[in-house]
Amino acid sequence: MSASTSPRTRLRRGRLFRAIPTAWRTPLAMVGAIIALAWIVIALIAPWAAPHDPLAQQLPRLTAPGDASVLGTDQVGRDVFSRLLTGARVTMPLALLMVVSATVLGTLIGSIAGFVGGWVDETLMRLTDLIMAFPTVILAMIIAASLGPSLLNAVIAGIVVSWPQYARVVRSLVLSLRTQNFVIAGRLLGYSPWRSLRSDILPNVAGPVLVLASLDIGTAILLLTGLSFLGLGAQPPAAEWGSMISGAMSHIDAWWLGVFPGLAILTVVMAFNFIGDSLRDALDPLSSAEREGAAGGTEHEEPAAVENPTTEEGR
Amino acid sequence: MSTVLEATDLAVEYRGHRTVRAVDGVSLTISAGEVLALVGESGCGKSSTARAVIGMEKPHSGDIRFRGAPVPPLGLRRRKAELTAMQMVFQDPNSSLNPRKRVGDQIADGVTAARSRGLSSDAPRQWLGAVGLDPDMVTRYPHQFSGGQRQRIAIARALAAQPDLLVADEPISALDASSQSEVASMMRRLVLQAGAGMLFISHDLSVVRIMADRVAVMYRGRIVESGPTAMVWADPVHPYTKALLGAIPHPDGKGVLPAAPAAEAPAEWHEELPGALDRG
Amino acid sequence: MSALSIRDLTIAFGRHDPVQVVSGISLDLSPGKIQGLAGESGSGKTVSAMAVLGLLPATAQVGGSIRLGTTELVGLRPRELNRVRGRRIAMVFQDPSASLHPQLTIGAQLTDHVRAHLRLNRRDARQRAIDLLTQVHVPDPAEALRRYPHQFSGGQRQRIAIAVALACDPEVLLADEPTTALDVTVQAGILHLLRELVDQRDLAVLLVTHDLGVMSAVADDVAVMRHGQIVESGSTHDVFTTPQHAYTRTLLESMPDAQQSLVEDDE
Repeated sequence: MSASTSPRTRLRRGRLFRAIPTAWRTPLAMVGAIIALAWIVIALIAPWAAPHDPLAQQLPRLTAPGDASVLGTDQVGRDVFSRLLTGARVTMPLALLMVVSATVLGTLIGSIAGFVGGWVDETLMRLTDLIMAFPTVILAMIIAASLGPSLLNAVIAGIVVSWPQYARVVRSLVLSLRTQNFVIAGRLLGYSPWRSLRSDILPNVAGPVLVLASLDIGTAILLLTGLSFLGLGAQPPAAEWGSMISGAMSHIDAWWLGVFPGLAILTVVMAFNFIGDSLRDALDPLSSAEREGAAGGTEHEEPAAVENPTTEEGR
Repeated sequence: MSTVLEATDLAVEYRGHRTVRAVDGVSLTISAGEVLALVGESGCGKSSTARAVIGMEKPHSGDIRFRGAPVPPLGLRRRKAELTAMQMVFQDPNSSLNPRKRVGDQIADGVTAARSRGLSSDAPRQWLGAVGLDPDMVTRYPHQFSGGQRQRIAIARALAAQPDLLVADEPISALDASSQSEVASMMRRLVLQAGAGMLFISHDLSVVRIMADRVAVMYRGRIVESGPTAMVWADPVHPYTKALLGAIPHPDGKGVLPAAPAAEAPAEWHEELPGALDRG
Repeated sequence: MSALSIRDLTIAFGRHDPVQVVSGISLDLSPGKIQGLAGESGSGKTVSAMAVLGLLPATAQVGGSIRLGTTELVGLRPRELNRVRGRRIAMVFQDPSASLHPQLTIGAQLTDHVRAHLRLNRRDARQRAIDLLTQVHVPDPAEALRRYPHQFSGGQRQRIAIAVALACDPEVLLADEPTTALDVTVQAGILHLLRELVDQRDLAVLLVTHDLGVMSAVADDVAVMRHGQIVESGSTHDVFTTPQHAYTRTLLESMPDAQQSLVEDDE
């Protein structure tokens, strides 16, 4: 039997490596992955797939979905379908940019705080407390408003409000890892602090941070569309889902103006949350052990501390 | 024989709502080519002594010198190359290795440490062979090994650094009984072959008997008796040493119950017997 | 007449693709005797003891027979098993904290237990608790009743756990690595106590341990387990002095006691 297929071996392997393939096996993750992939494809092909220029005001105004226009037209005669497809190109990459930046910033600050400790840690953690003390959305609104309404500023506001959660998680992981024997062994072998962080600590922080980030993509999309809805993000005439809904507010009887971008936001957020949830479950040792079923019982009674190398080979 | 480690009047304290003095004035020396075993029961301070010696713990007071130079506690700075000649093997083999790194690369870190001091060291493959594992396993990750095998890998990594001193904190107590004395003997052999010294921490006196040149018995933070292993074994002087040795059950099938002390922690165990120290 | 008779016990885990961890072991426990069960981690010794108590998870499939006197324990309904467990079969674990509630006084735990099972009134139950603590040599039993588990040393806690186990006068005591977590001087005391209680009360004991020294000191008979099977059994003296099976020999030879010192005498 090859090592990678035996359930016993899978239990012991690095959790992240194990988690990704198992995560895809749950139906929830499959649904999430398919929807997310579909939206990514849409975003990529939107310029060619859109039947009309998303900004051109050339169609009859406020026509209901029908033959002329699949999803209808808006108050100035733009094609809702074309705007919806183009919107995917705006929101998703920016949400991703926001999450990646917040992750990098949070991981950097969190690992410095955890590794250096002392007053550096104290100062950085009070800073995260300060930011986390405010309701996220309100704080993002204040920052976006003070920077001036634009989509980029909305992204910056998003990064400012979301890095502290990464910093806190990373800090606590680093704090527990730095006292682990293998990290100390590295230091005794002459690792510099930077090397210790890079080669011993951060690779073991990656798993939980990845889960946090994947769960955060949905939130980021919601935040960006929300800020655009409030007029603090994307500016007219940009084709952005949040501002599309915002524009629909004054034409409440033209239901198609709000419903379709709303559905777009709903499905994207849901898809990324499904993926994040499944990834978290797969990384959680408890739930993955349950899934292993058969091998679970023997492992739990008497841990397989086999001295004989040949039994290891056999698995 | 040259002295590699000299600890004088070492004290380690842990602050909490009540400050605990785990190590209370311990002095010991280890020479090249000798194994000193520090034995005692749980909580006697033997592990704290080991951690202080290697620099994992900042001593409250006392002096630690490695080859004559003071040993600063591990801090934020990179450890000086000379001090990579002190290596450590830990009790728990599961947390001793980086789970995300191939074992060969981890052993290679030891080799790098040896080279940084201008010494040569074998390749990771050879080190794996030296500790009794298949050299082809260098490309594997720690989770692909059993606990006992991981401990061997940790030993290989420490020895690959060509240390002058190996500090081993209960290195065999997490292993199956049948492999304990084998691993302990292997450690002794490899350390002595390299001309290094070893501080071997253990609560298992039967293993210590076969592999330590000298033994120091610790009780409640102090060394109560020390001397050549065979001498302490044959003729213990301190009441605590006597009780400890008398309590070991022997697998001889004779059905003899080991001697049990009349009370828990009798007062005589606390006695200071200057004649019991540095015997021989 | 044996107090507990295990015949062809098999234990497997997992529904589809079950893994067999115990394959057909047979053991007899006699009153007044300590039966040792030796083996290394993963040999199936602890699982076997758990099966006697019916403490295996639901995924376990148990086959064969475990008879306590005339009662068959394999396949017994949980409620009936509960009546047996604690009253007729008691257990002592490696970690005494596992059988003691951290937030109840020793008195509460001991008296509740005997009152529930033996229907004693408060005064009799208290007297019985004091008697039990006296038997396990806990100093100042009346005072000990008022204290909490954490106020005792590890060795005293294990003595109290034994007192709790003996509260209902069980016929059979299962001791799973009862001294493994203890220091060697404390262990010696517990071994003395175990032997004394077995002799006084005619207890039948199954002692599960990997420590052959402990086994040799207190067990009357020994069974050596490996890979879910008993490879050798017999009187302790015979098994230790003239081991028949190669595995038993390997185990004994690997003990430091059997080895010469590696230190060369150069003086």
